[in-house]
Amino acid sequence: MGAVQIKEVRPAVTRGGGPWRRLFSQEGPTAVVLLLPSLIVVFGIIIYPLLKTLYTSFFAVDSAFPGHYPFVGLGNYAHVLRTGEFWDAVGHTAYFTVLTTFLEVFFGLLIGLLLNTDLKGRWLFRSIVILPWALPTIVNGAMWRWIFNADYGALNALLTQLHIIPHYRAWLGDPWTALNMVAVADIWKNTPLAAFFILAALQTIPGDLCEAARVDGAGRLRSFFSITLPLLMPTIVIILVLRTMEAFKVFDIIYVMTGGGPANGTETVAYYTYVEAFSNQLFGEGAALAYIIAIFILFFAIIYMRMLQRGEVEY
Amino acid sequence: MRDSLGYRVFIHTAAVVVAVAVLAPFAWLLISSIAAPADLLSRPLHWIPAHPSFSRYENVLFNPRNGSAATFRAGMRNSAIVAASSVAISLGVGIFGAYAFARLRFRFRRVILLLFLSTYMLPPIALVISLYLTMARLHLLDTRLGLILVYCSFITPFVLWIMSGYFQSIPRELEDAARIDGCTRIGALFRVILPLARSGILATALFGFLLAWDEFLYALIFTSSLNSKTIPVAIAEFTGRHTVNFGMQATGGILASLPPLAIAFVFQRYLVGGLASGAVKG
Repeated sequence: MGAVQIKEVRPAVTRGGGPWRRLFSQEGPTAVVLLLPSLIVVFGIIIYPLLKTLYTSFFAVDSAFPGHYPFVGLGNYAHVLRTGEFWDAVGHTAYFTVLTTFLEVFFGLLIGLLLNTDLKGRWLFRSIVILPWALPTIVNGAMWRWIFNADYGALNALLTQLHIIPHYRAWLGDPWTALNMVAVADIWKNTPLAAFFILAALQTIPGDLCEAARVDGAGRLRSFFSITLPLLMPTIVIILVLRTMEAFKVFDIIYVMTGGGPANGTETVAYYTYVEAFSNQLFGEGAALAYIIAIFILFFAIIYMRMLQRGEVEY
Repeated sequence: MRDSLGYRVFIHTAAVVVAVAVLAPFAWLLISSIAAPADLLSRPLHWIPAHPSFSRYENVLFNPRNGSAATFRAGMRNSAIVAASSVAISLGVGIFGAYAFARLRFRFRRVILLLFLSTYMLPPIALVISLYLTMARLHLLDTRLGLILVYCSFITPFVLWIMSGYFQSIPRELEDAARIDGCTRIGALFRVILPLARSGILATALFGFLLAWDEFLYALIFTSSLNSKTIPVAIAEFTGRHTVNFGMQATGGILASLPPLAIAFVFQRYLVGGLASGAVKG
């Protein structure tokens, strides 16, 4: 009886040709049907603006009204690349990107390790740590602007009451300090994301691996550096690249905290593009700038994909 | 292996330090929203307000005559409608695409996947100029529908990314068994796969909601009136216009943050698990 049952099931399970095999392998048309809605929703919306922006970047468009604008070829690109303000913005963006990405990964690693220990009230601790990440970027910017306020800010109050600084300071008043203060606000908000990525990676590392090392006499630090850290590397790289791309696009927090000032000292490339296109109505130049940013980010994206492909860790 | 007392003291101290660093700015935001203006502008600063009052909340939520309050309320409503609709549409279309990426073999699978992922890398500023001109022609400027459509274009790739990771983690055998019993592929997707991926769908929906709620640049450029202005735009505007009314800035900020903060606090496990699995698996 048992043998008969097995025989009956068999033709369906084996995949060696026959009608079943053909049915299963015709996946192309099914895939097209399943993917079509997504393709329409995404590329139906972005493909035209994307091409149109590229087209615009070759013309000296200087108003939002349709009309005939002179063709300038790569003129907009050349002009942008010769502008001092653009390179200043690149400098601010690069500094901001490196500083925030590095510190977010560093603190994210430490906090991620802490999230993974068996703390009392661990559930509560995790729920608290994630909060800055959920705070809307605009609210985060407004909140830190208020904390850094030159006349009434909480940071000034705290530091003078602790006698760390003698007088109130304008934290957003000079370009260099302002850029660093914006970075502080960004780091405070985005470190939790890095920490939780690290936590997720730590949870996939078998506990007995570190246990075994410790039984063999390795100290906590030693087992971290020779076992845990190498296994975390793929995740760290992913965070690095994701955060780099995000930081390179930074706009919202600059808009609400400093408006690019003082003296354009916190103007990033995305913000500069916004000002050129929407305040100065130089849409052609704005479009060229947008493509320059996209090329930069594409460069990071390629690195990201490479890392992901190599990132499979086995143990 | 037992942990030493010193180690346990160390990690608990570190956790308290981190929790304070996280909560202190929130606490100050909350205090600012209930403190009297005189307390906020005092030097040296009074940290604990003498006469806390929730009158600003009352004002923002119920006062019909205050223009800023009306903008906040409209902003919250618009944000909720835009975020919920764009998430619903994105999930509706994205789940099928994610399934195709997770389970089917077809030509250009990898190329199409990369195309979707690369949209995430596009700076919105590259699209916003032309989108503005197009939307003006289609009379979609300053409408919620216009925003919903644009938001779908960046939430859908996210759905594809995270959900295909979830689908891959569901054993293929379950689906094969259903299909041998006579289910079609779509039937198996609805009866077997989707019920198993419930937590993934929840995480993706919440995540999409947070993304939409947080979006600023498109909303800033495309909206101009109470018809469609979202809450980040309302807050940025208020902060820019009433630079010294810190109490109202804080109140608006807290109200705008409550939905995403509540989501993150309650669903922390789902969100983090979903995000991490999607990102690591690609």
